Amino acid sequence: MFFQKEIRRQPEFWEGVRDQSNVSMGIAAWGLMTGVAMVTSGLSVLEAVLMTLIVFAGSAQLAAVPMLIGGAPVWVIVAAAFCVNLRFVVFSAHLRPYMMHLPLWQRLVSGYVMVDLTYVFFTRRFPVPGVTDQERLSQQAYMMGNCAINYVAWMGASLLGIALSNAIPPAWGLGFAGILALVGVLASMATSGLRVVSVGVAGTAAVAAWALPLKLNIVVAIASAVAVCLVIESVRAPRGPSGAHRV
Amino acid sequence: MFDLDLRTLITILALGVVSVLTRSLFFISSRPWTLPRWAQRGLNYAPIAALAAVVIPEVVMAQGALVTPWSDARVYATVAGLAWFYWQRGVLGTIIVGMAVYLPLHLGLGW
Repeated sequence: MFFQKEIRRQPEFWEGVRDQSNVSMGIAAWGLMTGVAMVTSGLSVLEAVLMTLIVFAGSAQLAAVPMLIGGAPVWVIVAAAFCVNLRFVVFSAHLRPYMMHLPLWQRLVSGYVMVDLTYVFFTRRFPVPGVTDQERLSQQAYMMGNCAINYVAWMGASLLGIALSNAIPPAWGLGFAGILALVGVLASMATSGLRVVSVGVAGTAAVAAWALPLKLNIVVAIASAVAVCLVIESVRAPRGPSGAHRV
Repeated sequence: MFDLDLRTLITILALGVVSVLTRSLFFISSRPWTLPRWAQRGLNYAPIAALAAVVIPEVVMAQGALVTPWSDARVYATVAGLAWFYWQRGVLGTIIVGMAVYLPLHLGLGW
């Protein structure tokens, strides 16, 4: 946890801070527009502040607000948010071996503060879970440094957006800066042929399945990209052990 | 401005629980368990696929339909941002260059 001195003493904590700082301007612009959008779609300032502080999930919030204003039943809103967050379930399966040495409450808090980009940065920096205590501590420190900057950038900007909701017209499109941050990270991850294939398949599937409710197009996209890449991998593999390194 | 009805409060609290649950679903049980081999290999491609699935529709679609690329500021901004990325390898620069292309086209020309 970030309040532990031991964590902040690790050089990896500051590495995490640095990596996340690179994209925090985009995150902040996105948070700002999420704050603005919540108030302009009809939440009161107090409700928008509580939603920001408690829910801490941009796309789920944006999906929930119109349903809330439109009077949808609570369970429907909860089910929708669950589906919008399904990609995080995939992430949690991936991160399990990195987390299980921690006590339950720390695992839950770490999960809560973990967002898309932190997951992406973390798995890129540490492809394999730590084995020794020091390795685990370094990994946890990196994750916490990363999460801390993201949390501050997102929360600060969302609250500012709520405060300025009447002054910043959504038509300016400042939230697009957040998408540009993700574009940059996406390009930095496309380090192998099969990962480029993954981007192409996922992007095409996400657009083709756009009409699905509850943002399920994202889940369809992940599933089809992974399936296509695994098939290509298994077709290539029999050519010899070097095939495994080409991916 | 400071209205808060009970239903909204309950929904917000429930959504908070959803945030914690979905992001730590596989952290909860401490019974030994590992992902099957094929799923572990699949995780090489899942993060980038998830990101692409979030990003690409935001760039090429508007109101649920594909955009015409030559009259959409977001497409030009993304191309400019990517060009910067492959030249300088910096995400911050990608954001700044992209927005420098996006804002004039979007606000000036209404694209």
